[in-house]
This record gives sequence, structure tokens and C-alpha cells, in this order.
Amino acid sequence: MNNFSYTKVSTLADAIHEIDGDIRNKIVAGGTNINDLLRYFITKADKLVDINPVSEYNSIVRLENGGIRLGALHTNADTAYDPIVEERYPLLSKAILAGASAQIRNMATNGGNLMQRTRCYYFYDIHTPCNKRDLGSGCSAINGYNRIHAVVGQSENCIAVFPSDMCVALAALQATVNISGPNGERTLPFADFHRLPGDTPNIDNNLIHGEIITSIDLPEKGFEKNYSYLKLRDRSSYAFALVSVATGLDIQNNVVKEARIALGGVAHKPWRVLEAEDFLIGKEPVRENFAKAADLILKGAQGYEHNSFKIELAKRAVIRNCMMALNPEVQRPGAKPSV
Amino acid sequence: MTAKNTQTTTLHINGYTHVLSIEPWISLLDILREHLQLTGTKKGCDHGQCGACTVLVNGKRILSCLALGVMKDGAQITTIEGISNGTELHPVQKAFIEHDAFQCGYCTPGQICSAIGMLNENKAETREEVQELMSGNLCRCGANKGIIDAVMAVKEGGYNE
Amino acid sequence: MTRKPMIGQSISRLEGPLKVTGEAKYAGEYNAENLVYGYVVNSSITKGSISAIDTDDAKKMNGVIEIFTHENRPPTAWFDIQYADMDAPPGTVFKPLKDNIIKYNGQPIALVVAETFEMARYAAMKIKVAYIDEEFETDFKAKLHNERNPKKGLASMLKPPPPKPKGDFEEAYRNSYVQSSGTFKHGTEHHNPMEMFASTVIYQGKGKLKIYDKTQGTINSQLYVANVFGLKMKNVQVISPFVGGAFGSGLRPQYQLFMAVMASLALKRNVRVTLDRTQMFTFGHRPPTIQYTRFGADQNGKVNALYHKASAETSQFEDYVEMVVNWSNMLYPAENTLMESKLVPLDVYSPLDMRAPGGSTGIHAIEITMDELAFKLNIDPLELRLINYSNVDKSSDKEYSSKELRECYLQGAEKFGWSKRNPKPRSMKRGNKLIGYGMATGIWDANRLLARVEARMTSDGKVELKSAVTDIGTGTFTVLSQIASDELGMNLENVTFSYADSSMPFAPIQGGSFTTATVGAAVKTACQALNKKIFKKAASLKESFLSFAQFEDIIFRNGFLILKSDPESRISVVDIFKQLSIKEIKTTNTAMPNPLTSGKKAKAAHSAVFVEVEVDEELGVIEVTRAVTSVAAGKIINPKTAESQILGGMVWGISKALHEETITDHQFGKYMNPNLAEYHIPVHADIHDLSVIFVEEQDQFVNDLGIKGVGEIGIVGMPPAIANAVFHATGKRINDLPIHFERLL
Repeated sequence: MNNFSYTKVSTLADAIHEIDGDIRNKIVAGGTNINDLLRYFITKADKLVDINPVSEYNSIVRLENGGIRLGALHTNADTAYDPIVEERYPLLSKAILAGASAQIRNMATNGGNLMQRTRCYYFYDIHTPCNKRDLGSGCSAINGYNRIHAVVGQSENCIAVFPSDMCVALAALQATVNISGPNGERTLPFADFHRLPGDTPNIDNNLIHGEIITSIDLPEKGFEKNYSYLKLRDRSSYAFALVSVATGLDIQNNVVKEARIALGGVAHKPWRVLEAEDFLIGKEPVRENFAKAADLILKGAQGYEHNSFKIELAKRAVIRNCMMALNPEVQRPGAKPSV
Repeated sequence: MTAKNTQTTTLHINGYTHVLSIEPWISLLDILREHLQLTGTKKGCDHGQCGACTVLVNGKRILSCLALGVMKDGAQITTIEGISNGTELHPVQKAFIEHDAFQCGYCTPGQICSAIGMLNENKAETREEVQELMSGNLCRCGANKGIIDAVMAVKEGGYNE
Repeated sequence: MTRKPMIGQSISRLEGPLKVTGEAKYAGEYNAENLVYGYVVNSSITKGSISAIDTDDAKKMNGVIEIFTHENRPPTAWFDIQYADMDAPPGTVFKPLKDNIIKYNGQPIALVVAETFEMARYAAMKIKVAYIDEEFETDFKAKLHNERNPKKGLASMLKPPPPKPKGDFEEAYRNSYVQSSGTFKHGTEHHNPMEMFASTVIYQGKGKLKIYDKTQGTINSQLYVANVFGLKMKNVQVISPFVGGAFGSGLRPQYQLFMAVMASLALKRNVRVTLDRTQMFTFGHRPPTIQYTRFGADQNGKVNALYHKASAETSQFEDYVEMVVNWSNMLYPAENTLMESKLVPLDVYSPLDMRAPGGSTGIHAIEITMDELAFKLNIDPLELRLINYSNVDKSSDKEYSSKELRECYLQGAEKFGWSKRNPKPRSMKRGNKLIGYGMATGIWDANRLLARVEARMTSDGKVELKSAVTDIGTGTFTVLSQIASDELGMNLENVTFSYADSSMPFAPIQGGSFTTATVGAAVKTACQALNKKIFKKAASLKESFLSFAQFEDIIFRNGFLILKSDPESRISVVDIFKQLSIKEIKTTNTAMPNPLTSGKKAKAAHSAVFVEVEVDEELGVIEVTRAVTSVAAGKIINPKTAESQILGGMVWGISKALHEETITDHQFGKYMNPNLAEYHIPVHADIHDLSVIFVEEQDQFVNDLGIKGVGEIGIVGMPPAIANAVFHATGKRINDLPIHFERLL
């Protein structure tokens, strides 16, 4: 790690003041990713601003609109095991519990989860070109070992994927992100929070530097009757997704009234295709329809030397996860396949 | 550069209070191992990928390699050195010996702290759930069966005196 | 007078309390006054040279003490041979910081020594290196045409070249009733013990060092340090009581030892160098291989033709060889055989023995080819093994000293429920998952080398044994204590085993499953010698009832010498010491295989492995839901720790079959997943119902203790059994490891 200074703040205003819009000042909350990035010189900081004492954002509260607000500083574990989340948003709970390990979930915060960086091998190896780490240096993954990389939404400059599980569920649940910054507060729909790489893969999301995530709002609808999270990876736990799927279905009289399907591990952000969800509306919740939706979600997908399998795997995962959502009780720990 | 920029940090470790003057970039793990000679907490990867450095902070299991010491100012920390009551081993420690839940012993302190943290959390019912919630602790010797057997035995009350 | 022998008892490992309390100290955990920390800088290119290395900025940093590069490295030994350790393959040993030439990616090129670890690591980042790149070659598959025969050397003694061709393989194969062939590709693997390599060097002045090193051989490290740095052997003490896993990676001194010793001698200070996880991928690995098999059998299933060829990666400077193709004719008594072993030199570091080197590679190919033969013949795979069962190793035409493999097959099959297997692939289901049953055979050499042990009894009647041997988590020190306890007729509490210190009597590097047999025999010999010495002392006592007795008339029990014919006649050892006014009785003894007889029989441990997999075919997810390994490895000293060894091997087998692989990017010639998040070893959630059977096996020939070793036999049969189970489940024959999603989709 480089030699940064450290300051602890207890109010949001102090935090914004300390960061001062300067890219070399970084926020630390759970520290599970930033400490790793700093230690191996993937990122550098002049100053680390510890926002943990800002207690007003460390809770889960009910909102008047029937939804709930997840404090940015609430830990992933406390969120996953919160009784309201477990009862009304079990999809979120399952997705969080499919990520990282118990120890890391005890440290990692909800705000930090949105801010984590990609796990692309080249991003973490400072001796190889990487546009995300060093814009303009090139993308080593495109012609390199790209098994874990993107098949949708990527650009010629970057094929990294966003590694979160929690965010896949948040995308499916259509959360909104509450942000504070030097110019006041604003909200971003979850779908607009993370961005695709395009020409500037060094920028992961639409937060302006100096802004801070304060909380994440979930709307009232939690798909608690028909939901499922499925995660496919090279071992059963404590590994990042090759493909993951969050599904929420609203089924009435054996007809899909509303459907949400978000994918992780395949793109630079949690991947949703509204056309596919719309397609399912009014249809019977059966395999054939889910298969058509899966085709729509992966339409235009493009693989590389080592990751083309992901396209077919993702389609099958979508179908399976929709089937699992019909009978959520059979879900297994770690979001392993069931049914 | 080493002299300036230090922060006074108070850590309550295994019942003892340590007031330290430390640089902000030093991990809790290095503070334990290098500054306080509490080498029972192990470094297996130094960036959150193995679980060997697991300690209990305010009763919760965390990875000390991903925590900066200065961030834990005022925290109650229990390391493997503080798990037994001084005269008798903790039930999880006893069960680990009985079930031969280790070979080289290097991941063991982390496994034990993690198991105690998991038992406190009380979220695992079945063996499969215990396996899942212990999966943040790697074991290269392949003592997985013994480890889960030991934890299950404690869970089922086999080691309560 | 009867005493329950300690040998055969499942006692908990003796160092257990130290390991569960954090008191066990590993190499990088010894504190010392004014200790300074070294951090290694590694090459970021794969081949070429350093044109300039600028350490000025780094050196100026507060807390930085010295930076060592090839430009200012203190002088070390001149001759190549002086760098050769006990496990060095034929070739030229790599010498850290020797010159500006870069031979592989990640090669250590500098050492920063600073007051703190963090400072050393930070300063390392400030070193600017300019390189001249040269074209490199790291792509094993692309360079297969460069394959050549390996050079021979000392290492060939334990790893003999393939057996000579027998009969006429091509003719026999062509005329076989049924033929089975395959191509098998394995990737690179890294040992990745949980403890990262570290050396703490305590500078004791005047060329004298005490070194805490992570190693599988204290004397190997001692020899290396003394030779390379021109120190006297007696002035170099290497200590390594706890080793946080090694699996072969500690068979050679690694570069952190060189670096720490160099810095300590140059600075006259106590120095610690610890590698980080990425650096754990910069020395030694299981090499990538490609294998080809062709087996032929008659219509009764008798195998009559065996062909097995392996090509493996090695470095440009050493010919690392492992025994990949020697096994099939040891298992199956065909008369026509052809075996070939080749090497492909690349711009990588030399490969290094990794748990069951060669065996875990070759047996995968052999046992899949056998499974395919069984399938083609419509014979049960277990039945095919029994049809080809032999008590003779046909590759050497020697009878096995013992071989209870048949019992392994039968007991393993019984426990597993093999008879419930429907022979047809894709025929068994559980819910929507396909179920597969697969089996395979395992074999591993039962070798033995020379070792020495000191046994010393003190006037309190307690015995201390000493050996330089390490205990890398194998239970070595526990089982050696058990052997001593029986030989001395004493309780374990009165026997202390001191070990893992190079100043103690010689033990070879700990590997190859030969340690218990090797050092155990020396323990037995030394204890017997000690008993004899005690007896002689006792017999010298006036009026002793022993004066008319022979040594054979006496038994030793709990500190008493007792006359067999009259158990009332006894004398305590404490009394003997008192009466003769002596403080201790000591003996140091050597044990080694008898060179005249030991080669007359073939010696090996065997196993039978039965595996159930559940395959979610749609998603390509495989789980090993159950596995039974039955083992015939002679006498089992401690079933509890031995079972753990086998279970550990089974987990390694699962990992090799389904999870682990080091990925190389040939654009850069470097490993791209040098960390434990992307180098996948199994987690607890991957390991399900595993069980172990030890089959009774008496062997008077293999060694006095009748033991064969259990370090490697647990892994060898597992990968093919899993692959065979996947075939049974899905009908897909997948020969490349690891088996990932994409192979099944």
C-alpha cells in the first residue's frame, strides 16, 4: 500500500467535505475491496476517509410507499438476515448470501457492494495493459484468457464483468440508489447506476467523484412468492459467478403478470433485457416461454476464445432459474442449482 | 515517512487493552502478527481469499487482512490466542483435536474462529448449510470432512460441559 | 506384562493442542531483536535481460535499509554443483540475482530490505526496471514438436525411466479383440500450501546462522545454504518444526531462503523474507502434460498390449522428470508394452514434485483407458480389473512383497454398493440429475531411504529421540513417537520426539510417501540399540538377576527390565542409573534398506476408489456426492492420522478432477490466476460423503515395520474414478482435466 493519510468522519457533510471531489481521496467503509486494491497498487489514495461512524445510514427502515430503505453502511450480512428482507425480499437475501464468504459479508457494506471493481485478471495485474486500470493501455483480455469475461454489452476497449451478486438482485428488484454530494442529493434508478464500458471502461458507474451512496431503496414489490437466485461457478462457494441469474415472477392464475430477470457475470453491469421480461407477461410460466425469454436476453451475445460457453450456459441458467422460482422452497445454500 | 502519519489506536484484544501508534495502512492482521506477536492469526493470502486470518471483532467473524488497524479503534477483538478460557480448551478446539480436523494446522486458527463466529450467528441448521457458511475458510490439506464433523459435533452439543 | 501396542492406535496428533491454540509457530513467525523485513521484486517480463535497474528512489525512502540486485549481490558459490539440492533434477540450478538474464516470468530480480514489511513492499514498487525483451515460448501445446528425451541424473534413482519395450506392442495391439485409446491433457497446477514460503534468519555472528525455514528437509536447506554461501555445515542450523502445508513445494530450497540468508550475512542482521501469494506461483509447479494411451485386450478382457506416452513441460535449465508412464504394466500384466516419456523445454521455472508426481497424472490416463476397455467389452470395470489381477509387477518381473488390492476392490465395492450400478451410461437418475458410478485403481511406490536417529535415556527414565525429519502435517512426529513407544515398552508421556532441526541426526527430504518407513525404521533401530545398551549396563550390576540373562530373555516395560521367565525379577531403569551414577545413555543409529535384498521384490501401496457423481446435465454442474477409497498400505501405525492423509488425497483428487488449474496467458508468458480466488481449490461446500477403508496387509519384506506410506496413495485413483463416473452418468468421455462446465455443455 502507498502511504495515505486516514481520517474518520461522523457526518455525511464531513465526508463530502473530506473527499472534496478529489479522485485521490477515497472512501472506505467495509474495506473488503479498496484495501485489496490499495495493497497491490491497483489503485492509489492520498487520503482514506472512513465513513463507518456516520450512523444514520447503518440501518434498514420502512418507507411510506411500502418499500424499504437499505442504509449504505449496513453490512451485507445484516441486510441478508434482516427479518424484513428475508420475508419480503428473499431474492435479495439469497443473492447476498451467494456472494463472497460469511466473513466478508460481515464486513462489506451495501454501498460498497455497488462500488466493487471487476475481478478481471488483467485489471489486477499491474504489469499487463488494462483500459480499466490505465485508460488507453489496451485490453489484454480480448485476446487473452477471457473465460470469466463478458458476452453482452462489452466494447472493444473492455470485456470485464461486474462481480456483484447483490446487485443482480437489486437490478431485478428495480431498486433506486440515493446519492449525496457537494451539489446536494439525487437518486438514480438501479439500471442507470452502473454503466457499460464503451470508450471509458475506467469508469464503472455514474457516480460523480465526491458523491456518496447513502442508501438503496427497494420498491414495495419483492416477488417473495416466486423468486430464485442461481449462481454457477467453478466451485460451490466462495467464487465469483461465471453466470448468475436473479428471477422474480408475479404469477396469478397460472399466468405471468410481471417478470424480472437479471444476469450477473456476463456484462459490465447487472444485465436486464426488458423485451424478454415483457415477452413473458400474459404467458404461462412454462419452460418453453422461459426459453424464449432466455434467447431474447442473450440476443446479440458475443463470446471470445474461452468464454463462448457462457452464452449457452446463461440461457440454460435463465430457464432453470425461472423454473426454480416456481418452487422457491427447494433452493439450496449458496444458490446452487436445484429442481 | 514511517514516523509521521501514525494514529493512536486502541485495540482490546483477548481481554487486554493495547494503545498503539500505527500507520493507517497497516492491516489488523499485520498489527496482530508483527506488532503484537500474536502470530496465531495466520496470513494465507493477505487479500481476502482464504480465511486463514479470521478473527472475531465485536463477536463477529471478519478477515483481519482486509481490515485496517486504525478502522478498528476501540473494538473488542478475539484471536485464536483468546479462544480458550486459559485453563481449558474451547469446545470447538477440543472437537478439532478429536476429529483430526487439521493436518498442517495453518488454516486451523481461522477455521476455529470462523466456526465460533458461525455458531454465534446461528444461521446454519443442516450439514449442507454448515458447509456453505464455513466455505470462506480454505484448507489445502483436505481436512474438510474432519472440520465439518467437528463443527457439527459442537453444534449438536457433543462438547458442552 | 501385556501391553496394548501403540502401533495401530488412533491417537490424536500430539501437536494438536499447539495447533488449535495458535501456539504452533511457523517459519515466518519467529520474532527476533531488530528484525528487518525483505520483500522480493519479480520480473515482469518472461525472457530477456535487465538493461537498467534504478533503485535510487526506493533507497531514499525512510526505513529502507538496503536493496539487493544482480548488480550488488554479495559473492556466492561459483560452481553450479554447489547450488544443487537433494531434489535437484539434471541441469543447472537457478541462481537468484546471479546476473541480468531473465529466464521466466516472475523471476526474483531484487530484494528490498526495510524496517517493516509494509515499507519494504512499498519501496519495491518504486524500483524502476528497464528490460530488453526477447521472444519467449510458454505454450506447451504449441511446442510439442520440440519434445525430446529427458537427461538422466541422480534424480533418476527414485524416478526410473520408463521400462524397456516388451514383446511387440504394435502387432499385439493390432490383433487385439478390443482396443481402447485416448489423449489426455492436464494443465499446470501449483501446490499452494496455506502457509506462504518464509525464512527467518537469525544472525549469530561469525558466519553462524540459525534459520527458521519453510521446508520439507531441514538438512537439505542447511546443505544448500552452507554450499551457496560458503559456510560451515555446523554453523548453519535450519529449524522447521511446523510447516503449513507443502505437498512437494518444500522439497527444494526456495528463493526466499537464498534472499534472507544473503541479506542477513551482508547486513549482519536478523532478516525475514516472506513471499506473497502471487510469488507462490513463481517457483515450482506440476507440469502440464499430454498423454496418449492405446490398450488392447482379448475377448475375455485379458490386457495384452499397453502403450503409454507422456510429454511434459520442463524449464530451459533443468530436466524435471516424473514417473508418468511406468505404472500400467505394474498393475496389468500385459506381455507387449511400449512406454515413452518426453520433455518439452519452455521459458518457465522448473516444475517440481507435487503430491503424487507422475502417478496422479499417469494413472488418470491408465484407469480411464481401462474403463473404456471395460465398456467396449461389456464387462464390469471392477471385473476387468480382477481379470487382469496379478501379484507380479510385470514391468520388472518381480513379485510384490504384498498386494491386498483384491481385498481393496472387494471391501470398497461392498461398502460403496457397486453392485447397484447399472452398467449402461445415462441409466441412473436422482430427480433430474444423472447419477454416475465410477471406479479406478491406485498404486504408489513403497520406497525407503537412509535415516539416522538418536535415542537418549536420562536418569529419570525418560527417553528423547532426535531426528532432523520434518512433519508437514502428515502426523509424522506422532507416528514416530508411537513406534518408539512400542519399541521401548514405554508410555507416550515418557517419550519425547525432537525433530525438524538440521543439527539432529540425518533424515532425507520428506516426500514420496517414504518418510514413516525411512525414519520409522531408524527409530526402531535406535530404540533397540538403546535397550541393548541399557541391558548391558544393567547386566554389569553386581548380583543382578540379569547377569545370567541374555538380552532376548528380557522385556522392557514402563521403565522396567523384566525377566520373561520370572516377571517378579525386575529392575527399574531409574535404579540402574542411580546404582551406576550415570546421567544418560545415548545411541545414534542408522537404518537403511538392505541393498542386497531390497530390490528383489516389487513394493507398492494400492488402492481401489469408488465414486458417485451427480451431474446436472443441463447446467454442466458436477458434484462428487460419495466416494470410498480402500487402501492396502501395509501396517497402519495410526488409523486416525492415516485416514486424514487419505481423505486429504481424495480432496486433492476432487480438486484435480474438477477445480484447480493454473492458467497461462501466452501473450505475456505468465500465469494469470496467481491467487486463491481464481486458482480454485475445493471449499467445504464441495466436499461431501468421503470414507476410507484400510485393508489388512501383512508385509514382512518391505521393512521391519511392514509399512508402506500413505501420503500419495489417496490422490492417485480419485481423478480417473471421477472421470469414469462422469462417463457413466452422461455417456461423455472427458479426458482433459479439470472438467469444467464447458466440457459438459
